[in-house]
Amino acid sequence: MSDERITSLHGAGGELMGELLAKIVLPRFADRSSGRIDLAALDDGATIDVPRSGDLVLTTDSHVVKPIFFPGGDIGTLAAAGTINDLAVMGARPLVLTLAAVIEEGFLIRDLERILDSFASVLEEVGATVACGDTKVMPPGDVDGIVLNTTGLGVAAHAISDARMELGDRVILTGSIGDHGMALLAARSEFHLKTTLESDVAPLWPMIEPALEVGGIRAMKDPTRGGLAAALNEMARKATVTLEIDESSIPILDPVAGLSEILGISPLEVANEGKAVLIVSPGSASAILEALRRHPLGTRAAIVGTVTDEYPGRVILGTEIGGRRFLDMPLGDPVPRIC
Amino acid sequence: MTLSFRFSDPKRARDLRDAIHILAPPETFKIVHVCGTHEMAITRNGLRRFLPETVDLLEGPGCPVCVTPAADIDTAIAIAHAGATLCTFGDMIRVPGSERSLDQARSDGCDIRTVLSVADAVEAARTTDEEVVFFAVGFETTTPMTAAILLDDPPSNFSVLVSHKQVPQAMAALLDLPDNRIAAYLAPGHVSTIIGTRGYASWLTTRLIPTVVGGFEPLDILYAIALILRQHRDRTPKVENGYPRAVSADGNPVALALTEEVFETAEVAWRGIGRIPGSGYRLRSRFAHLDARERFTIALPEERADVPGCRCPDVLTARAVPTDCPLFSARCTPLTPVGPCMVGTEGACSIWFRYGGRESL
Repeated sequence: MSDERITSLHGAGGELMGELLAKIVLPRFADRSSGRIDLAALDDGATIDVPRSGDLVLTTDSHVVKPIFFPGGDIGTLAAAGTINDLAVMGARPLVLTLAAVIEEGFLIRDLERILDSFASVLEEVGATVACGDTKVMPPGDVDGIVLNTTGLGVAAHAISDARMELGDRVILTGSIGDHGMALLAARSEFHLKTTLESDVAPLWPMIEPALEVGGIRAMKDPTRGGLAAALNEMARKATVTLEIDESSIPILDPVAGLSEILGISPLEVANEGKAVLIVSPGSASAILEALRRHPLGTRAAIVGTVTDEYPGRVILGTEIGGRRFLDMPLGDPVPRIC
Repeated sequence: MTLSFRFSDPKRARDLRDAIHILAPPETFKIVHVCGTHEMAITRNGLRRFLPETVDLLEGPGCPVCVTPAADIDTAIAIAHAGATLCTFGDMIRVPGSERSLDQARSDGCDIRTVLSVADAVEAARTTDEEVVFFAVGFETTTPMTAAILLDDPPSNFSVLVSHKQVPQAMAALLDLPDNRIAAYLAPGHVSTIIGTRGYASWLTTRLIPTVVGGFEPLDILYAIALILRQHRDRTPKVENGYPRAVSADGNPVALALTEEVFETAEVAWRGIGRIPGSGYRLRSRFAHLDARERFTIALPEERADVPGCRCPDVLTARAVPTDCPLFSARCTPLTPVGPCMVGTEGACSIWFRYGGRESL
């Protein structure tokens, strides 16, 4: 079906929709089953085998991205990793995801297949599966290509919040900042930019799980929309502490630094899709850092700051050159919305 | 950030800070820069922390969007209401005119588009038979691009609303304002790549204060400030090039020739300052057919530039810093801007709000 396109009938619940599910969707998620009644049963709902102990963690997110296929991933990678990462920074192993797609009439079926492949391969990495799903088709122009909604269910031995921290705790960043946002900005055709930079979109659970086993992680957050600046400000406000950050220790890739200069947009304010901020006890910081660095996603992990009480609710940035300023919450997307 | 490592080396920064503290006079010394990119670098890097208390560093009329007079925005809105597609830079869209902004005109149904360059506006004109107008704002840096497009045989449905400005003349005018004890200028690096250090010569011969062209990396700015203070100490005020890796004495002759071919110097109004002789451009007569002001019959509302309580005029003339304004960060934020300095992303108020310039640390 190389040039076949989605039509309104694919969303109408009839024969064509059944064919789409049977041919395109189900085979991609057939390896693992959520429970006694699973996706393959195509029932009205699915059952889930839930572990007997720990906190159940539930999260949901809708995903739009422009362009739909971007350097380093696509909306399928983004939807799967985004939901898994929300669970992971709660300290939860992802169990099952739901997948609902709102698709514009005329969308290429082979593009849909590519997106589902991406989604499935991310789930494969963490051993999660799709429990149930939904498809809607909208008339041309009513939706821009495709929108995915995913709900994720995970289980945590002890769920980790984004606000529990103590004075003297260390702030760890698991890798370079701004890759996703800058890669997408560069990919937007109106800027006429070419770069080798790729989005960092990736599921974090395989990196976070061994770090959790070390002990001493008090809080976690993934710095997605609004970037590192938004994540740190949210944490500082909720915990009523100051996060004192050292700019020179924040890992930033050369292409990100370069694009940031060209576009006049701070790498601290653009989205990341494969990074986490960890607040850890001072005694465990180096062991956690080692555990993170052992995973390919965490090789650049670094201690970037400390929890203090100088200005409660605020983030202070010690600038690379030796200045000092508040790092405030970004006001919204630095450019027209891209993710 | 390895790329900019050489320009933000803390050791060199400390050396320059020490030099600045040794050179700084005991009395208050006010340095004014006229560039949003300078303000961005100063605020984002926390550079004011490096200066002694006696040295003030303020942004003057450095944001091209902010200094665009309300009457020009009114003209753009009137042209859009006349049925033309109006293209301009994103920053311009929300700046208030006398009664409305372009943003509000768009919600009235006017076709107002954001473009990244004048070339994009010409592209828009090529895909339609309707009139397309480019609202051309910006300093000596963007003027040559407008000139190049006008020389490149644009389609007949394309015209330009010229609101380009010349910075040195505004710098000179600022010196004549009352209560404005400007001791020195940190001259804009980008503009200087076009006009060269020679671009400041004409007016500085009569009003000699230390004037140093500075680059945009943290060390560039500290270095330029050290040069300024050295000139002051030695009583040798002059135009000095603190950004020689990008700026020459003669500037960019190609860009200057393009500008000269298409435009002639004119007296124009600056928001917050007023009319300044020789501080802007108008199209030469042989390009009159590309002048949107000629092409459209425009009825303008009475110009009302000032918003009660808003101190943008003082900020734009370097007589106040954003936090001197009672509206700053209370009623006036980038999400609900009252004055142009909070709208333009290069405006001092917007930069102070976004990059922690609010309180001194």
